[in-house]
Amino acid sequence: MVPARPDTVPKQDIILAGVGGQGILSIAFVIDSAALEDGLFLKQAEVHGMAQRGGAVTSHLRLSRKPIFSDLVPKGRADLILSVEPLEALRYLEYLAPGGKVISSSAPYKNIPDYPEVGSVLDQLKALPSSIVVDSERLAKEAGSSRAQNIVMLGAASPFLMLSEPSLLKFVKVLFKARGESIVQTNLKAFALGRAAASA
Amino acid sequence: MKPVIVLGDEAVALAALHSGLSAAYSYPGTPATEIMEYFQAQPGAGRDFIASWSVNEKTAYEEALGTSFAGKRAMVSFKHVGLNVAADPFMNSALTKIGGGLVVVSADDPSMHSSQNEQDSRYFADFARIFCFEPSNHQEAYDMTRQAFDLSERFEIPVMIRLVTRLSHSRSAVQPAEPRPQNPLKLGAAKDWTLLPVNARRRFKRLLEIQSDLVKVSESSTFNSLDVNPSAKSLAVIASGIATNYIRECWPDPSQGPSLLKVSTYPIPEERIRRLIAGADTILVAEDGYPLIEDKIRGMFGVPGKKIIGRRTGDLPASGELSPDNVRGALGLAPLPASEGGALGLANRPPQLCAGCPHADTLIALKRAMDEFGRGRENVFSDIGCYTLGALPPYEAVSSCVCMGASVSMAKGGAEAGVHPAVAVIGDSTFAHSGLTPLLSAAASNTDMTVVILDNGTTAMTGGQKSFGTGERLLRMVEGLGVPQEHIRVIEPLPKNLEKNVQVFKEEMGYHGLSVVVPVRECLEESKKKKRS
Repeated sequence: MVPARPDTVPKQDIILAGVGGQGILSIAFVIDSAALEDGLFLKQAEVHGMAQRGGAVTSHLRLSRKPIFSDLVPKGRADLILSVEPLEALRYLEYLAPGGKVISSSAPYKNIPDYPEVGSVLDQLKALPSSIVVDSERLAKEAGSSRAQNIVMLGAASPFLMLSEPSLLKFVKVLFKARGESIVQTNLKAFALGRAAASA
Repeated sequence: MKPVIVLGDEAVALAALHSGLSAAYSYPGTPATEIMEYFQAQPGAGRDFIASWSVNEKTAYEEALGTSFAGKRAMVSFKHVGLNVAADPFMNSALTKIGGGLVVVSADDPSMHSSQNEQDSRYFADFARIFCFEPSNHQEAYDMTRQAFDLSERFEIPVMIRLVTRLSHSRSAVQPAEPRPQNPLKLGAAKDWTLLPVNARRRFKRLLEIQSDLVKVSESSTFNSLDVNPSAKSLAVIASGIATNYIRECWPDPSQGPSLLKVSTYPIPEERIRRLIAGADTILVAEDGYPLIEDKIRGMFGVPGKKIIGRRTGDLPASGELSPDNVRGALGLAPLPASEGGALGLANRPPQLCAGCPHADTLIALKRAMDEFGRGRENVFSDIGCYTLGALPPYEAVSSCVCMGASVSMAKGGAEAGVHPAVAVIGDSTFAHSGLTPLLSAAASNTDMTVVILDNGTTAMTGGQKSFGTGERLLRMVEGLGVPQEHIRVIEPLPKNLEKNVQVFKEEMGYHGLSVVVPVRECLEESKKKKRS
């Protein structure tokens, strides 16, 4: 089966996943803003409050060419799971549509005593019908900051999103503008490295 | 005006600003916090309009009521349980003659994502006999808030906007409308605001008289849309607020699915409900909250010849939020096929205190001291804040969390029932919110208990909002309430001070009278924020 070109699909339902503090909502900000820029409808449910204290954090992000009803993605409807953490990528598989894709970082965030053996987590990810595992930690460092892992992962997802690359890049710049030009450049590089890694 | 991407909370705040808002008051609480944060982020905040955290929700409500008395428009916002705290002014304000529009935003938390219960604020609107809007999406949150101010002034009553977490914390685009200016100053009259029995009876009679007019507003509201599918006779659906979205998600084309009445305003549009019910045998009522509409329709005797189904009948889950998944069964639809693998048996990742959090040092020291008395967590009453996580491993140091301020009063009750040592653990913001009065009570009777006030300088759990009871002011308040100076002990919760701090706890817990220990160290998130800016 030849996958549909992202610029022709009618809708994309995305589950963003990670751990509180990893910058999931920054990824969401860029995708949301790019969607509005590209004339799409969007809804994006996110987690605030208690769970942000190092807990599992998820965001349901829905893009469509038609009005969207539910703020939540129905189970079995997600086209993509995008995760900044490998264990968290596995947590939401029941949301994935048959034929859906998982794009995940390989860098574990171990803040719990019973974190499973990392190799087995990565093996599970790689065994999925359609998955891309990206070493976001290494690429973020290469870009200039280990904090840029979320933008590496956004870059990795970008070839598969129904959004234009210029719109995405525009809002990466907007997101980091207040923190100065060098941070902007670091994140643009992180985006490019992630994109290249996923396309390879 | 261009469309903007906003949270549901922010759509409400933006609409309030465009409605000529003069003042907004709030106390932080998930999922309502972002309403005030949006106000405060505006360039005109504090100059063109008031945007202020209050010491608690009751205070916030009364401040907003004062704005309304002065003829100007006000918004008061809080989470659902905040309305309990503000219930006294809320219930009574329905009997006053509201001047400037007063809009009350109560954000419910079905599924208790960040709350101690999932009470449904629509009952409070019903209880107070005021008008209530329940938006299903961001544009409605904006449009309804604009209408709410107008209705509040037209009927001279407060009007409620009822949100739920999924809308409060979801983002989407909103098309704003033309802003309107603020109201001029115009003071209320004594006979309309002094609720002495003679006035209150007259005002309550008036409130009852306008009820039929409120129903008429609901009856004609375009928000209560009725889509009739004449060919679908077996099932019809009444859905309120965002529950409508989940039904539509399953039946995107109304001509294919059951007839659907969306209810978004209260009191409920009775005539429309009768019309919908007349055309079907079974009526599913889907509400993201308690079965309020379901119960009203079924009443005690049901509807002859009709089957009313919903949360009461088990066709929808009895508790927790609705979702596009859990409404499918009630609609007679099978679950969607999903991918396999993974999820089962994954290690959970619960919320936890940040590494290096001052609360952790306090909890560890407290636990050690309690060990020396041969007692454990059951002697420690806790409260609402990050430190409630002290109930979970690895601390397991506290044993209660009921409502704001309850740690202090429960410790007093416990001490008087024979608990020793009796300890209360409460944060500085929660103490200012509801801990002062019970501590005054304990000081007046010199209760044999120890109150630990964790002063991290902020309201941390909700993201670091202003605390009213921190630093020197906190210490002076505690002393002013009558706690003896020699039993007000300040400690610095750091790992290197562990032995010293255990000793202080032991001394005060062993003292037979009221003592207060104040561990002082800034929240790590706040220090980080300061460094960044």
